Amino acid sequence: MGFEKFGKISYTSETKVKDFVNYLEKGKIMATQCRMCKKIYFPPRMDCSNCLSVDRMNWREINNEWTLITYTTAHFAPTGFEDDTPYMLAIAESAEGLKLFARLSKDVSEDQVKLGMKLKLTPVKLPNGKIVYEFKPLGE
Amino acid sequence: MSEVAVVGVGQTAFTRACGVSIKELCFEAFREALEDAENLQPQDMDGSIICSAPEYDKQRSPAGAIAEYLGLNPKPTFYAEAICASSTTGVRIAYGLIKSGLHDLVAVIGFQKMSELSSTEVQERMGRGADIMWESPFGLSMPAGYALFARAHMQKYGTTEEQLAKIKVKSGKYSVLNHKAIFQREVSLEEILNSRVIAAPLKFYDCCSNADGASCIILASAEKARKITDTPVWIRGLGSASDSLSMANKANLTGLNCAVEAARQAYKMAGIEPKDVDVAEVHDCFTIAELMAYENLGFCKPGEGGKLIEECQTYIDGDIPVNIDGGLLGKGHPIGATGGSQVRTIVLELRGDAGKLQVKGAEIGLVHNIGGVGLYGNVIIFSR
Repeated sequence: MGFEKFGKISYTSETKVKDFVNYLEKGKIMATQCRMCKKIYFPPRMDCSNCLSVDRMNWREINNEWTLITYTTAHFAPTGFEDDTPYMLAIAESAEGLKLFARLSKDVSEDQVKLGMKLKLTPVKLPNGKIVYEFKPLGE
Repeated sequence: MSEVAVVGVGQTAFTRACGVSIKELCFEAFREALEDAENLQPQDMDGSIICSAPEYDKQRSPAGAIAEYLGLNPKPTFYAEAICASSTTGVRIAYGLIKSGLHDLVAVIGFQKMSELSSTEVQERMGRGADIMWESPFGLSMPAGYALFARAHMQKYGTTEEQLAKIKVKSGKYSVLNHKAIFQREVSLEEILNSRVIAAPLKFYDCCSNADGASCIILASAEKARKITDTPVWIRGLGSASDSLSMANKANLTGLNCAVEAARQAYKMAGIEPKDVDVAEVHDCFTIAELMAYENLGFCKPGEGGKLIEECQTYIDGDIPVNIDGGLLGKGHPIGATGGSQVRTIVLELRGDAGKLQVKGAEIGLVHNIGGVGLYGNVIIFSR
């Protein structure tokens, strides 16, 4: 238990990386890094597919500077997200070469969005007590 | 070792609501394939592979229910799943079973009755199609996944919404000639471009529709095939690959890496090049998916898919006719039945039995069937 707080609708409760949510609630966005082979994982994971070590990860804060690679504006949504439409979904790449899928903040209007723009990832507490992260323009 | 041939093909019409049970739906496709295979009987089969996407099924373990209804007991039957690529995965497994000598004659039956569920239930399942831990919690759907590819492709290569729309124009032109297709109307470029936005830049007519339907492909060893029919269609090459489920972990956002890899394997095995293909069926669940398929299969260079459709090179009389049966955009997409339907079309084309949709003199055909948002990729090459 613990991970069900992540996302407006959550489908996963049990995971070895549930501490991610505790960090997120404190405003920290954490990756894991393998102590053995040094590979960095974001989203975090405790099992290293690179050197096959298990539970030998350190938590570390991400370098929070991202570049927008692609995005879409969803006008139709799966169950539970209907009230949010339209919303923007994006993939961005970090300065460390990590890639992440998340929403683009509703504070940004679609005509302000440009591929290549710089973003930061920000924790967002939702009215239903859940927590999530979203991309916002860097510098805001 | 024995070669493997397709000796019979069958398919129901693809419809919005078939009004029959999944067993009855499969029976119709199976019966047509048996008849096509010079009146084989159910008991001639050494085994069957039943393919669908289980999240749309009410029946648990549908292979058992369907094999019983089709008269396939006591021969072995089992279920194969790779979402939208399920039935070409079934063909791949059947190929292996025949090639190993374990079986001589195998029926691959793909089906989906999407009307079995309410639209709310379908919406709920759609929400779990992405990585449920890190991506589904943001509200990611299939159209949005392909829209992320479309935007990246437009940015990198200057592909336009109009070029994508031209793929749907082509689809409509051919689906009206295919009486088994769901979509029996041609659509104009303007209508497509003005249709409502689903996941920008993809609009309503850039997306295929859910459907009910079944398909059946009967595969045989060479010895068996020659006894059954004078017009076997041979499997010359197979390729299969996978990519990450997560959108974030896809190394390429302007093409499907699983398709590129599957195509490389299939061309190598068949000993041919892309230019040797006379007719192709590609997985156009969205217009952008067909455009990327042109490039991923080597029918044009990366970034030139838009130009290929603008020049009408993928029309019936073009350099490389693609989806001459209407494709998924025109036929509808009953998930588990789609791959088998693509194989059926290529088999009919290579036998010269495709009627109004016949590509003249087609000798080598290719099927490209993708599961999920570029998750599973199957490419199969056939020849007379």
